Amino acid sequence: MQESKLLTEHYNKPDFTSLAGYKKYGGYQVLAKALKMEPKAIIEEVKNSGLRGRGGAGFPTGTKWSFLPNNGEPRYLLCNADEGEPGTFKDRLMMERAPHQLIEGMVISAFAVGSKKSYIYVRGEYDHSIAVLRGALKEAYDAGFLGKNILGSGFDHDMDVYQGAGAYICGEETGMISSLEGLKGQPKLKPPFPAIQGYLRKPTIVNNVETLAAVKYIIRDGAAAYRKYGTEKSAGTKLFSVSGNVVKPGNYEIPLGTPLKDVIFDLCGGLKPGRTLKAVIPGGSSAPVLTAEESMKATMDYECLAQMGSMLGSGAIIVIDDSNSMVDLLDVIMHFYHHESCGQCTPCREGTGWLAKIVHRIRSGAAEPKDIDLVEKVSKQMMGKTICALSDAAAMPAISFVTKFRSEFEAHMQKTRSAVGGSAHA
Amino acid sequence: MAAFELSKEGRDFVNVELKRYETPYSAIIPSLYRVQKEKGWVPPEAVPYLSQLMQLPEAHINEVLYFYTMFNKKPVGKLHVQVCTNISCAMNGGREIADHLCEKFAVKYDEVSADGKITVSRVECLGSCGTAPMMQVNDQYVENLTPEAAVKKLKELGA
Repeated sequence: MQESKLLTEHYNKPDFTSLAGYKKYGGYQVLAKALKMEPKAIIEEVKNSGLRGRGGAGFPTGTKWSFLPNNGEPRYLLCNADEGEPGTFKDRLMMERAPHQLIEGMVISAFAVGSKKSYIYVRGEYDHSIAVLRGALKEAYDAGFLGKNILGSGFDHDMDVYQGAGAYICGEETGMISSLEGLKGQPKLKPPFPAIQGYLRKPTIVNNVETLAAVKYIIRDGAAAYRKYGTEKSAGTKLFSVSGNVVKPGNYEIPLGTPLKDVIFDLCGGLKPGRTLKAVIPGGSSAPVLTAEESMKATMDYECLAQMGSMLGSGAIIVIDDSNSMVDLLDVIMHFYHHESCGQCTPCREGTGWLAKIVHRIRSGAAEPKDIDLVEKVSKQMMGKTICALSDAAAMPAISFVTKFRSEFEAHMQKTRSAVGGSAHA
Repeated sequence: MAAFELSKEGRDFVNVELKRYETPYSAIIPSLYRVQKEKGWVPPEAVPYLSQLMQLPEAHINEVLYFYTMFNKKPVGKLHVQVCTNISCAMNGGREIADHLCEKFAVKYDEVSADGKITVSRVECLGSCGTAPMMQVNDQYVENLTPEAAVKKLKELGA
């Protein structure tokens, strides 16, 4: 199969990163078109396109935009580029190969929602992305695509880049807002949702890099053209970051609804010789794992994966072959969530710690047989009880690993317990 | 202990940042980065210094400093080598590479080598999973590693 390169069409052209190069391929022409439209018409078009948030939650973008109150307060647009979900590396590609595409998408979106100020919040480690974006912002200002009276439209917009400092939780939109406000990146209770009270308690729209870039193509080609890709409820193309045990890992842009088996065995060249598929994490490490059998039936869209009890998430597909121990991988994942819990809510702060500890003792052969059930029990107590979704994001993989691969966990415990002489101390 | 001070350029930078955002608090992260750029880490005495310079509470600066992992709370070697050991890198040998580097350069995790040249840390996902395993050396990503390639690269960089 082939990719459907809509957003990534020109990513292989080195000059696409510069303003001159970007303009060669029609750059900023869609902005000129958008600035002649009614903002409401842009929001309507985005609604009709069926675009859903590409960061992980999959909320309909146009609907989010229409939540903004008409109270005369300044509105902020924040681009969430705090890409941190393990397995995800698409936003980095988009910022480094096509910074102007993001800026153009953002100015169009800002015009639609009536925002005069936006920030791109980039995760701290992405120094190169930040340097590329800062260079592009300067070019865009100099050429009049940012600043006062953009292209003579009377619309003013300022944009800045803000560098995070290493915290997974800042990918959660209210955690990101806290961080941008100069606080610890701790999420805030919702409601009020950011559209009502966000950055500095002002109406704020937070969208992912890919979402904002997609807006440009929806306005360029129209909602109907965008809907030609994907399914009824999952419209458009999406970038998938494929990693793990495939021959050709990387970012691939394909229509939503593409069978997962085609992604793995066709696009990504399949597994290494002699290996068989064991499991797939379809949407970043927070997404419940799929067995090999489930993976063969899955299509990469919001509804199919939800129906299978997992999620599309950020589009990070982690392919796991039979050389891996599921016990070992869960140990890695649990260590991560424990490290990244912001510590604000007790079920998450304590729960992630317990999960990390129990799974680690299972892996190291110091567990009791009841510990597998304990993982499930602790996980269930962590779900739906906290300010943000990090607690659930730790619980979901834990439950899915120990239930779907229970026999492997049991066999591992059997083997390691006899290896350490049946001792059960940690 | 010598009194902590930023360079003249550093102080100018902080003063510009203080006016750049809607709230002066947003200048804390950039200012801590500036300290780290000049000193290699953020020594505790930088906090009262910034508090004075920025006219913001010390407690608040401390809160931000300790929340974010990218601020080094103790000195690091000239090369700060951060090896990703999260899932996709772990599946492709990232953990073994991290161990190998410690052994090769005779240094324990998160400590500075005797010659001051290198610190090896294990870190969470750096968003480079398609080119796993990988490491970040100061601000540079080095991808598609093998243990040998990692050592070679660090030697080239002066380790």
